[in-house]
Amino acid sequence: MNSFTLERAQSVEKAIGAGGKFIAGGTTLVDLLKLGVETPPRLVDITRLPLAQLEELPNGGLRVGAMVRNSDLARHPLVLERYPVLSLALLSGASPQLRNMATTGGNLLQRTRCPYFRDPTYANCNKRNPGAGCAALEGHHRAMAVLGTSDHCIATHPSDMCVAMTALEATIFIEGPKGKRSVSIDDFYKLPGETPHIENVLEPGELITHVELPPAAKGQTYLKLRDRASYEFALASAAVVAQVEGGHVRSVRIALGGVGTRPWRSHEAEKALAGKAATPANFKLAAEAALKDAKPREENGFKVELARRCLARALKTATA
Amino acid sequence: MELKEDQHLVDLADREAREFVKARLSRRSFLSGLGVTSLVASAAPLAMAAPAMPEVTVAPAAEDAGGSATTLLVNGKSYDLGALDPRVTLLDALRERIHLTGTKKGCDHGQCGACTVHVNGRRVNSCLTLAAMVAGDEITTIEGVGQPGNLHPMQAAFVEHDGYQCGYCTSGQIMSAVALLKEPVGKTDEDVRHAMAGNICRCGAYPNIVAAVQQVRGLSASA
Repeated sequence: MNSFTLERAQSVEKAIGAGGKFIAGGTTLVDLLKLGVETPPRLVDITRLPLAQLEELPNGGLRVGAMVRNSDLARHPLVLERYPVLSLALLSGASPQLRNMATTGGNLLQRTRCPYFRDPTYANCNKRNPGAGCAALEGHHRAMAVLGTSDHCIATHPSDMCVAMTALEATIFIEGPKGKRSVSIDDFYKLPGETPHIENVLEPGELITHVELPPAAKGQTYLKLRDRASYEFALASAAVVAQVEGGHVRSVRIALGGVGTRPWRSHEAEKALAGKAATPANFKLAAEAALKDAKPREENGFKVELARRCLARALKTATA
Repeated sequence: MELKEDQHLVDLADREAREFVKARLSRRSFLSGLGVTSLVASAAPLAMAAPAMPEVTVAPAAEDAGGSATTLLVNGKSYDLGALDPRVTLLDALRERIHLTGTKKGCDHGQCGACTVHVNGRRVNSCLTLAAMVAGDEITTIEGVGQPGNLHPMQAAFVEHDGYQCGYCTSGQIMSAVALLKEPVGKTDEDVRHAMAGNICRCGAYPNIVAAVQQVRGLSASA
């Protein structure tokens, strides 16, 4: 591990001005420090900042502080009542220990599990060394993404929480040297394109302070498919937030995990299903629309059909 | 002995086996027998033989540079660790500085749960926790849960049900099991298995672990 200095931030303002890399739960960062993937000279501990509140908004939505731990968010009565998709997604991720540590803000910035990204002995990783190439393209890529990939990176976004928050149309609130701003979660993440090292719109010094969830339709579910029943990343997952009236889908929000280079909102699937009868045939059509642009490679072609079936089943559950 | 292991290492193709050998080399008995310096020296050929592996983690000695004074509160007792290098994890601070070696280093990457301890009553992976970040927090290790002659009911249940084979994961398993008593975990064996998913047991003592946990919860495991 490279050496670094560590200081405890006394306020949001001081954290932003400290000029270091923020550390909270540490579940991603300490792991990557040990692997030598992350080599920051300066860490700023933000765990004591007053950002751990979880409160109801006047419109019936929810404000979630960046320091709210995953386990607390998953078990909060308001989340269980109004955002079960979020609770299911959180509880399907990692382990109880890691969920006790991981924070809301940190989870939004979780890094990929691509083995070539995580192993600095591979120089050719465009995420770590921009312009150095992508070892995964010709390497083992069974777990890699099939949506949103480029010739420069096919690494999968690993988070479950972010998939649920994408279907819930969360807004991310940011504070930085230039002031405060907010970004919809759909606009927060960037596709790898030619610059896979730039994963989101955060600028240097900017800190996620909280997330807001708008009121959501009742028909919700999160379905995660993986190699083992727990403590494993998704091969494919689907978050659905739907409202059904008279057997027809009045509104639906769909996001996929485990298959995209970012939490994957599928406007195509939503469009295919809006106003249609809530039937297995229509769920299948929506699932086909969601994976229409998938670009599988030799080892991960199975993900396309797996994701389709995952989404079709999640749609059935959420609209039942 | 060392030479033999080095040679063996070169022949090993899979990464997991290499990790295992390294873990054996960094065992406490070996460390205290040869001292930190000779461990690092003997680890050097290892690093060459297995370039893909990160270096062996050894907590730096007392003369840490760049750290600020760190005091940890462990099992109700205060430990002044002086100027602690900020890289030192809670796991290494507990084992190498405070010499509470009941907490085990397994994968060192938050994937196995052997290092599980409680911070302010909640179970966490001490291998992914920087020690300086939990200064002032209440830390509980397996040594604080119970002692020989005064076992925690969970420890007694693990003994009664044979909830282990080699025992390496056991302290982490028990720390998780004690924590889940205060968590909203359902009544079924399946619920317990899910709540214990963060603790891997390579010997596969899972049915006995579930039985021990269910006994302490006043529920009987369905065999």
